[in-house]
This record gives sequence, structure tokens and C-alpha cells, in this order.
Amino acid sequence: MTAETTPPAARAPAGPRQLARQRRRASLVRFWNRYRSHRAGLLGLALLALFALAALTAPLTVGPDVASVTEAPGRPMESPSGDFPLGTDRFGRDLLGLLIWGTRVSLLIGLLAALLSVVIGALVGITAGHFRGVYDTVMMRVTDWFLVMPTLVLAIALATVMSRSLGTIVLAIGVTSWPTTARLVRAQTLAVESRPYIERAKALGGGHRHVMSRHVLPNVMPLVLAQATLIISSSILAEATLAFLGLGDPTVVSWGGLLQEAREAGAVSSGDWWYLVPPGIAIAVVALAFTLCGRAVESVLNPRLGVAR
Amino acid sequence: MTADAVSASVVESGGAALAAPPDRGPRRNRAAYLRYGAGKLGGAVVSLLAVLVTSFFLFRLIPGDPVKTMTGGRQVSAAQLASYRREFGLDLPLWQQFTDYCGKALTGDLGTSYQFRAPVIDKITEALPNTLLLTVTSFVLYTALGIFLGTRAAWRNGGPGDRLNTGLALALYSIPSFWLGLLLIIVFSVGVGPVPGLFPTGGMESGGETGFAYVLDVAHHLVLPVVTLVAVEYGQTLLVTRSALLDEMGGDYLTTARAKGLRDDLVRRRHAVPNAMLPTMTLIFVNLGRTVAGVILVETVFSWPGLGGLFYQALSVPDLPLVQGLFFVFAAAVIVMNTLADLLYPLLDPRVGR
Repeated sequence: MTAETTPPAARAPAGPRQLARQRRRASLVRFWNRYRSHRAGLLGLALLALFALAALTAPLTVGPDVASVTEAPGRPMESPSGDFPLGTDRFGRDLLGLLIWGTRVSLLIGLLAALLSVVIGALVGITAGHFRGVYDTVMMRVTDWFLVMPTLVLAIALATVMSRSLGTIVLAIGVTSWPTTARLVRAQTLAVESRPYIERAKALGGGHRHVMSRHVLPNVMPLVLAQATLIISSSILAEATLAFLGLGDPTVVSWGGLLQEAREAGAVSSGDWWYLVPPGIAIAVVALAFTLCGRAVESVLNPRLGVAR
Repeated sequence: MTADAVSASVVESGGAALAAPPDRGPRRNRAAYLRYGAGKLGGAVVSLLAVLVTSFFLFRLIPGDPVKTMTGGRQVSAAQLASYRREFGLDLPLWQQFTDYCGKALTGDLGTSYQFRAPVIDKITEALPNTLLLTVTSFVLYTALGIFLGTRAAWRNGGPGDRLNTGLALALYSIPSFWLGLLLIIVFSVGVGPVPGLFPTGGMESGGETGFAYVLDVAHHLVLPVVTLVAVEYGQTLLVTRSALLDEMGGDYLTTARAKGLRDDLVRRRHAVPNAMLPTMTLIFVNLGRTVAGVILVETVFSWPGLGGLFYQALSVPDLPLVQGLFFVFAAAVIVMNTLADLLYPLLDPRVGR
């Protein structure tokens, strides 16, 4: 927006690598300047920083002992008090500690599942858009098929079939949520590949691999990034859902798992809101924060979307 | 085939009514649409078959012996195990089980449930009306609400109402539906503090009522699940309607309409919204299909006797034929709705497809 438009190479004879780095930095600054004007996006970023901090410092603030059933500090199902600000669960464990400890699993699964999903989506999208022909047709049929499958039902089915572990959950969510990314990336790849510089790269002897990794990938990357942010938020929701249905890893503490335990312990019928409310709020706030960031990134990249600031 | 014949006769009569030369256009358009429709229908049938095959092989991957699960760890003689295997056709080789399964599925027989000892198709048809009651009621409400609020948010783009609505929709969209359901149960069924329990905690009927009292009773049970679904789902409709209308806002025809002296309200309702509805229509159909699958959680939380609740029960056993059958039904709902959207879209928007 501001002074970054002057070509950095004007001053000194910089090497190509240095030039590339300077340009990259300039475009990052430009991106940040535009992102800053989205207040909702900044709010999302601040919330995320808060949760990331809680997750990273959890070993220092609460420690892994908080999940121990045998060394629970309190009596079962205590209401909130000075010692336990959010009360205790059915084993007498500190719910505030469990909530903070659960941040780690929920964020980890959200990030890993989104990473898996975006990698599959980008790979399918770029190769389909690059090679075209029969391969493209077949891949897009497969994509369409995944697109019409009810994601949640398929994820539940996969989680049922495989053993109960974090890897299973990541796989079940990642494998079911990639088709939208693949479609978007393919469309973008087609647009990029029709540009003259791709023809030039090919004329200079650039192979498939070179064109895809050096020219197409950098161009679809921003799109993939925005898509990833949005997928993280739905992955966190999906993780909570699977855990709530009893398909999560029973040995780790996660927000969805806490809700499932609360329901099994009869917190609903006895009206123990302190057992139920905090994990749900945590899920909603993190999911919302990622959605806000994703929408801000999207509207920076594509101002025509008209997202409210 | 009958559809072809009907539209062919329509084409003929249409052609006869018009003057001689210009009827080539519409006829070619109809033919193009029929080809397009046939392609979409063919695609849908292929998708359904693919789902059928997937649901068979996916659930065979479960480690462990289904017969052992069925007997639930009780002491059972080898002879009895063998008879169970024969009863459910599990003694046959996999490929033969598969051909049997496909052959039966085509005649509407989805196998026998392990836990209920009843045909899967019966369990599904039993639960389907309950799920439809819940789904269709919430679908109508959240679509109406989403479109109503979405058009208003877009019309006053950037204003306080827009920001409040969009923010609220995003926030509700981020809430896990089962959690919202549990909270509603605590607040409105169990009761918090001075608030008494207003609504039943779950199920579909109290039992014993007949006639009009029964209808009221079911409606009473319906309130909380519907509120949960509407709250979680209306946000998406709102956002799509809003962005579709924003795309139309710059249109010259709106300036023309205003220049004619039409009131702002009329410009919105008569001119802008009908055009913005086109992209929204697709989403609405897709949503209906997805909601059928999405009710699994809400039905589980509210013990609603529908497909979702049945799916949850089947998962916990796991009752393979039932899980398999329900998986097929959920996927089929989405596929059918998508296909309907594809077929309707060119009819609604003359610029597309024809």
C-alpha cells in the first residue's frame, strides 16, 4: 500500500536469491498492512496467540499430572470454589487444569488434520490442473465423490474402523476434508498455467516438476493458506464431535472428551453447568478465532469478497 | 423414459404453437437440457453405486470377529457361533458376501441388524419419518431466517446491523451443535435457579396421548432440538445470501430500478433478491442433504428416535449391517439433493447450462 512499491533492486546489484528474499519480505509487509485493517482478523489472531500460549506453557502451569485419575486432588463433582475455580470432574480432578491441558490436544489435532487435508488438496489440485487429460478427469471424479459424501458420517465411519488413537482422528478428519481445497487449487492452477511465463519456463526446458513447484505452487500458496486456516477451525469442531461420540483416544484429555465424560457422569441431568460450559466455550472460541483469521486472509487476497471489517 | 416422452410432447406442442422458423432455438435448448440432465442423473447413479461398494468394504476393515461382538463375550458353543455365521452369511467368502449384498441391496434388502435381529430396511423406514420431521422443520426455519437476515445484512452492508448479524452468525456457526443442545437441556429442561424445566429432556413423545394432544406433545418435544439445529445452521445460509446479494448490489439494473422511482424496499425485494437467490438455491439443497446427516449429534443428545440416534446405537455395538445401511442412506440423501440442485439450477437461471 505504501512505500514498498519501489523496486528494491534499484539501489544495489543484488544477487537473484537476495532479490527474491527482498521481494518476499516486501510482499509480507504489504500483506500485514492490509491484514491489520481487518479488526475481526486481529481479534482472531490475538485469541489464537492466547490459546497457543496456554498450550505451550501447559507443562509448566499444570503439568501432565493433572490428568491422573489416581492422584486427584479433590472430591468428585465439586462445584467451583477457591481451590478449583471450575470445580472438579467425576474423578476429583481439577477441571481448570484439564481444560488448559486439553488445549494441547485440540490445537494439535486441528493443526495436523488441516495440514494433512491441505497437503492432499494441494497435491491433487496442482497435479490435476497441470497434467489435465484423463488424470484430471479421474481425479476430479474422485474429488466430486468425496465432496458429496457427508464429511462427518465418513469421518465417523473411518474412526470406527480404525483403532482409537490421535493418528486415527487426524487421518479421519484429514482424509475427508480435502476436496474443497483440491477444487480451488485446481481452478487457480489452470489460471496460472495459461500465463505466458509458464510457456517461457517450458520453452527454456523446465520439466513438470519445475513448473509445478517453482511457478504454480508459489502462486496457489496464498489460497492454500487461507483455506488451511478455515479448515483448522472445522477440524477442531470435528475432533470435538468424534471425541464426544466416544470415538476419540480415551487416554488423552481433549475438550470433546471432557464433554463426553461430563455427559456420562450425568452432569446434564443434575445441572452441573461448570462441567459442561467451559470446554464448549473453549472449542467455540478457538474455532471462531481461526474462522476470523481465515476470512481476513481471504479478503486480503481477494478484496472482491466484501467481508465486513 | 416417461419424462422424456412428456418433455418431447411439450416440445412438439410448443413448436406447433409458434410460427414456423424460430422454434429451432427452444427445441435445441430443451435437447441440451435433457442431455445435461441425463448426464447429471447418470453421475448420481454412479455415485450411489460407489457409495454402496464403499460402505460394504469400509466396514469389513473393522478388526475382530463380528460374531464375537454379537454374543458380547458370553460363553457360546462353537456350534452356536457357526449357526450365527450361517444366519448372517458370514461363513461365505468375502466376494460372495459382496455379490449377495449388492444383489439384495438392489431389491431394497440391506441385511439383518445384529442387535435388533430385524431387517435393516425396517429399522430405517421406522426412524425415517421422525428424522424428516426434525430435519424439515429446522430446515424451513433456518433457511427462512438465514435468507431474511442475510438480505438485510447485505442491504445495509457495513452498518451496525450487518456487523452484529454476521458476527453472531459466525459465532453460532463455530459452536458444536451437541454442546449447544446439552446447554439448552440444562437451562430449559432441567432448569437453572429460578427457571423451571419448561421442555422435556429428550425423546419424541411422553406416551399415552392421542389425537390433537399427541400432536401438541410431539411439538413440545420438538422445540429444543429444532432450536439447536436452527441456531447452528442458519449462519451459513446467512453468509451465502449476504455475499450473493453483495455481488448483485453494483448491478446497473438496480440503478435503473431506483431511477424509475421505486422505493428502496421494492428494489430489494423485486429486483435484487430474486437474482441473488440463484447461487443461494444450490446451497439450500446441499444443506438439506447435509442436515439429514448432521442430525446424528442432535438426535443423540436429545434421544430423538430417528436415523441419527439409530446410527449412534449401531456404532456402539458395532452393528455392521445397520451402520452400513445408514451410511448409505446419509450419503444418498446428500447425493440426491445435490443432483436436484444441479437439475433445477439451469431452469432457474436461464444464463447457465441451456
